[in-house]
Amino acid sequence: MDLALTPEQMSFRNEVRSWLKVNLPKDWVETVRAGSDIPRSDAYDFLSRWQRKLYDAGFMGLTWPKEYGGRGLTFMEELILHQEMALVKAPPILNILAIGMAGPTIIAYGTEEQKRRYPAKMLSCEEIWCQGYSEPNAGSDLAALQTRAVKDGDCWVVNGQKVWTSVAQLADWMMLLARTDPDAPRHKGITYFLLDMKLPGITIKPLKQITGDPEFNEVYLDNVRVHESQILGGLNNGWAVGMTTLMYERLALGFGLQVRLRIALDGLIELARRTRRNGSPATKDATIRQKLAQLWIDTEVFKYTGARAITKLLKGELPGPEASTGKMMWVEGHQRLQELAMEIQGPYSQLTRGSKWAIESGLWQYSFLRSLANSIEGGTTEIMKNIIGERVLGLPKG
Amino acid sequence: MNFGFSEEQDLLRSTARKFLENECPSVKVRALMDGPEAMDPALWAKLAEQGWLGLISPEEYGGMGLGFVDLVVLMEEMGRAVVPGPYFSTVLLGGLAILEAGAAAQKKEWLPKIAEGEKRATLGWMEPSAMLGPQGVTLGAAQSGGRFTLSGTKLFVHDAHTADAIVVAARTSSGKTAEDGITLFLLPKGTPGLQVTLLPTMDQTRKLCDVTLTNVTVGAEAVMGEVGGGWQPLSRVLDRATVALCAEMCGGAQKVLEMTVEYAKIRQTFGRPIGSYQGVKHKAADMLVDVENSKSITYYAAWAMDEGVPEGPLAVSMAKAYVSDAYRRVAAAGIQLHGGIGFTWEHDLHLYFKRAKGSELTFGDATHHRERVAQLVNL
Repeated sequence: MDLALTPEQMSFRNEVRSWLKVNLPKDWVETVRAGSDIPRSDAYDFLSRWQRKLYDAGFMGLTWPKEYGGRGLTFMEELILHQEMALVKAPPILNILAIGMAGPTIIAYGTEEQKRRYPAKMLSCEEIWCQGYSEPNAGSDLAALQTRAVKDGDCWVVNGQKVWTSVAQLADWMMLLARTDPDAPRHKGITYFLLDMKLPGITIKPLKQITGDPEFNEVYLDNVRVHESQILGGLNNGWAVGMTTLMYERLALGFGLQVRLRIALDGLIELARRTRRNGSPATKDATIRQKLAQLWIDTEVFKYTGARAITKLLKGELPGPEASTGKMMWVEGHQRLQELAMEIQGPYSQLTRGSKWAIESGLWQYSFLRSLANSIEGGTTEIMKNIIGERVLGLPKG
Repeated sequence: MNFGFSEEQDLLRSTARKFLENECPSVKVRALMDGPEAMDPALWAKLAEQGWLGLISPEEYGGMGLGFVDLVVLMEEMGRAVVPGPYFSTVLLGGLAILEAGAAAQKKEWLPKIAEGEKRATLGWMEPSAMLGPQGVTLGAAQSGGRFTLSGTKLFVHDAHTADAIVVAARTSSGKTAEDGITLFLLPKGTPGLQVTLLPTMDQTRKLCDVTLTNVTVGAEAVMGEVGGGWQPLSRVLDRATVALCAEMCGGAQKVLEMTVEYAKIRQTFGRPIGSYQGVKHKAADMLVDVENSKSITYYAAWAMDEGVPEGPLAVSMAKAYVSDAYRRVAAAGIQLHGGIGFTWEHDLHLYFKRAKGSELTFGDATHHRERVAQLVNL
């Protein structure tokens, strides 16, 4: 057991550290305190420029192969990068769905042409990706999806509706799952398409969420003609390809999630120090101290559980049971953190953006409401527990 | 970075598991816990033979000279088998106190005998006030002409009734701070004025005693380390023992999870295995999260002990806070998911549940350690 970095890793860390010192946007740090979640729509332009800057400096796609725009490094460097970004509260990565999901899946299943065409532009943020999985009647039960694709010449004609589609309004491409063989068993007749969002027949309708922000969308697909070369991983093989995407999502986002929790916790502690409670800083209140300390502990526990999983990856082994718990830990910890932020603010937690009395311009109120979606998006907590119960513990299916 | 175990450590784990399955199965645990001593001389001799009584003792004292990451592996297996008896008190309390604080002659006299299985030791530090910090040490040691007279009571002393020596924390002076003025004394069994009373405990696998000292008079040869400077080594011992206890708790929790999952696969209700119901499956998933996280933070704390990093005490308190809650939750969920059978004396679950509860409240519970975390991170 050795938690120390090798000299090469140390020098990589120093490279990241000195770059961040010079290039971190100062104005962002001032407003980021509550920003532990997917960014609000008004930050998109800023975040696109920030990702481009990281890309130009060589910090995007660290683990991806060099020939597809990456740097061919290990998960260790990826972890170091995320930790350094957390230390300085750097802004998050905008094109996260591409980098966490679409890219690794294309690298795993794509034709050489697809691998040369797509991944590099994900890293540079030239092309933003969204995920077209969920439908009004297919969320947790994804294999129930009904969007149809019918062959017509060398194209497939797609009809259907996707929902809860984050960043669809910005996206250039969509990871689309559609049913290509309605007669096959439900898991067998699905195909994974790389869908150009500029094709005719695509209508995007923003969905206003309980935050008031239109981050999600409904996407209507009306006779959209997709060329057959846009199939990823073979006809009717979409279920396997799509599941790979989800595995990468949970693995890759895991690094980021711990870091986001850390940033949010640091912000919360600063908030507690500044907020008076019965005449003293909230950090001196015995109950608040207990809750803050528990969050501190849980954030560290999350880090070391992740370190165990990474150790197995670095040794070329499959991650063990410890790797499957990250999403749930993030959700549970982050929702508790946001609840505590409201508790610390007391009656002021009722005030939002626009009030001169609102604490930190009402940013926490946005984060608090947004955190409710954490246990629904990217696999509901109930589905995650089914997965752990069945695939890790070997309990029978219901 | 390598946050995993070495091949040698994996081997230690499989050896220990096999050894304890053979030498200390549940029927043996039950026989031992029923007796007052919870101690089997034959098993003790075998533990010595394996070298485990001197696992963390330096080679110059007949030990194996291994570290806490190694020890954690063995402790997990001990907890998995709910091994009764004075292993924990001898190796992690009495033995470690002698190693950390003892004078050269005391180490030379006691440590090899402990490693060989000839002698056992324990540590009396807590008093009836149940205070965890240095202010809890009030047992007086009056100094006069180079001799010390100790009077007072130490409570919750592990296995004092089977120990050959008891390390006692006493107050030789009231210094500027509570830490100042605490002295450790090494008192052999039979020292006049030393009275040991076994206490009935909920967890019968772990024996606790009342150790009352009435005008126990000793010379300088009983003093461990510097007079008045006992708190620092004592807190080092308690931190290290806490990490070992956390490891034991991890092993117990892992076993409860396995028992519960196996049961949920075979136990049928309404014509299906109960494990197919989400009400059961989700609870089992929560148990897995608790178990895996407990291991992660415990391994980190053990690493921190071996490396002597400045954040060591923080790592210890994070681990104890987390694992105290987790093992309690896991053990209770195990009983709940087993239903009535889990509530019977015959089923082993209660051994784990009671061990979980006792361990939770030993060396400070989660609330205590969360407050210590708050202090250490400057909240």
